[in-house]
Amino acid sequence: MTNLAIAAHGLRKSYGDKVVLDGVDLAVPEGTIFSLLGPNGAGKTTAVKILSTLISPGPASGAIRVGGHDLTADPQAVRAAIGVTGQFSAVDGLITGEENMLLMADLHHLSKPEGRRAAAELLERFDLVEAAKKPAATYSGGMKRRLDIAMTLVGNPRIIFLDEPTTGLDPRSRHNMWQIIRELVSDGVTVFLTTQYLEEADELADRIAVLNDGKIAAEGTAEELKRLIPGGHVRLRFTDPAAYQGAVATLPDSTRDDESLSLQIPSGGSQRDLRSILERLDSAGVEADELTVHTPDLDDVFFALTSTDQPKETVR
Amino acid sequence: MSTLALAARDSSTMLRRNLLHARRYPSLTLNLLLTPIMLLLLFVYIFGDTLGAGLGGGRSEYIAYLVPGLLLMTIGSTVIGTAVSVSNDMTEGIIARFRTMAIHRGSVLVGHVIGSVLQSVMSVVLVGAVAVAIGFRSTDATVLEWLAAFGLLVLFALALTWIAVGMGLVSPNAEAASNNAMPLILLPLLSSAFVPVDAMPGWFQPIAEYQPFTPAIETLRGLLLGSEIGHNGWLAVVWCVGLAVLGYFWSTSTFNRDPK
Repeated sequence: MTNLAIAAHGLRKSYGDKVVLDGVDLAVPEGTIFSLLGPNGAGKTTAVKILSTLISPGPASGAIRVGGHDLTADPQAVRAAIGVTGQFSAVDGLITGEENMLLMADLHHLSKPEGRRAAAELLERFDLVEAAKKPAATYSGGMKRRLDIAMTLVGNPRIIFLDEPTTGLDPRSRHNMWQIIRELVSDGVTVFLTTQYLEEADELADRIAVLNDGKIAAEGTAEELKRLIPGGHVRLRFTDPAAYQGAVATLPDSTRDDESLSLQIPSGGSQRDLRSILERLDSAGVEADELTVHTPDLDDVFFALTSTDQPKETVR
Repeated sequence: MSTLALAARDSSTMLRRNLLHARRYPSLTLNLLLTPIMLLLLFVYIFGDTLGAGLGGGRSEYIAYLVPGLLLMTIGSTVIGTAVSVSNDMTEGIIARFRTMAIHRGSVLVGHVIGSVLQSVMSVVLVGAVAVAIGFRSTDATVLEWLAAFGLLVLFALALTWIAVGMGLVSPNAEAASNNAMPLILLPLLSSAFVPVDAMPGWFQPIAEYQPFTPAIETLRGLLLGSEIGHNGWLAVVWCVGLAVLGYFWSTSTFNRDPK
């Protein structure tokens, strides 16, 4: 069995009457990307804050080990093993990017030349060389996030927590960030990632846990989770009633909407699924005016995962 | 690395960070320096003749009377900046980062405190230079008395800084920090800094006499100008040590609590 980088049993936390985490079990093997997926207020950030020793776990929590160390008994050993990039930028805006990096090097007790080398390497790797001499407060959102991660990497942490690393980034910066995260794991680092985007978890994570209302609603690989989601479908729209009738005949498993002359065919949206639909339409000689693929999104996940508890809500 | 060596190393890193902030953004420090300098000029050149006459002399006698109190008031003014910058700092994400790193916990605060004490000393030197420029002279002070005066100023700065750090930590934002720290610059007005305690209403005299500023002012006066120190010496030291210890425990326990 592989070693666990993070192992938490019955993680709990409440503020007054408000229960934020209600018994969360987590097991993250070393060298993998684990994603905690959930909407705002699900408790993702609280989980990261506890696991990264920023706040204490609730008194009723079970054993929590991070990097092989007990979180409550030896928080300093945990801190020595981890790196954290929180949701809100953790850079010192008043000093330059380079000074931020050297500050981290000093706090990791690197020697002067070692620190300077590490700072220069990471600034280069994260494309911050040009901006290195400017105050971090003047950086764009994407640059701040890159500096933030670069600072987290000083001292080579074995476990990295990333709390919504791409929230608020433009698509290009988001893809850059994904690339960065993939590179981290190729070095054997464990990444614990929170996100509200299913797509992001899908792209990056080996395993995904869906956190809803302080509880894990489901856990598994992206594929396993998607099987739980009935939301994916292909939608065909017609203007010609004859073509519409032809399509209905050739695709009997579709859901009809006679008013708008459109059909919904349950589908994961894969190439093979699409080809099979198109081939059936072609062989029947039917041409659709519009074809859209609806992939499962977080709404669908939650609808699917909460509907088992609340059957009433499945009726739309 | 031993705990002490770790604490020293991390604290000096944090000190460097704070000095970098102060050097790059000196406006806050300089603004706070204006208050004591303006008060010095105001009391010497506008009120000086009358107040000097009240002491049985003139303006030059009043300069001698006023300066020790103003030097200590300068410290009170400087540490308002400490409260503001600590409060500002706590709203920054970087503090959360520090909390998740294997560094000495207290180093964040120690860095602020040492940085602030150094700033206080520099401010005192600047205000002192202005005072000398307008005619303040120390009389009959030996080298030992000078050193003692310097030591008292540093100890007083340390005490007020720890209190100001605590105030900064419990303040939700910079405005609140500035308001909470306001008593540190108002207290000198209710001390023997501007007029002798004997000249105040009888019911108020005990308050003025035993608040932290008056014993320190009287001690500094005695060291620089040779006036009677009496029980004010040990009273000043007790106040300083007491406030420093109180501020230290208040600040560290506040900082060690879970952040919001």
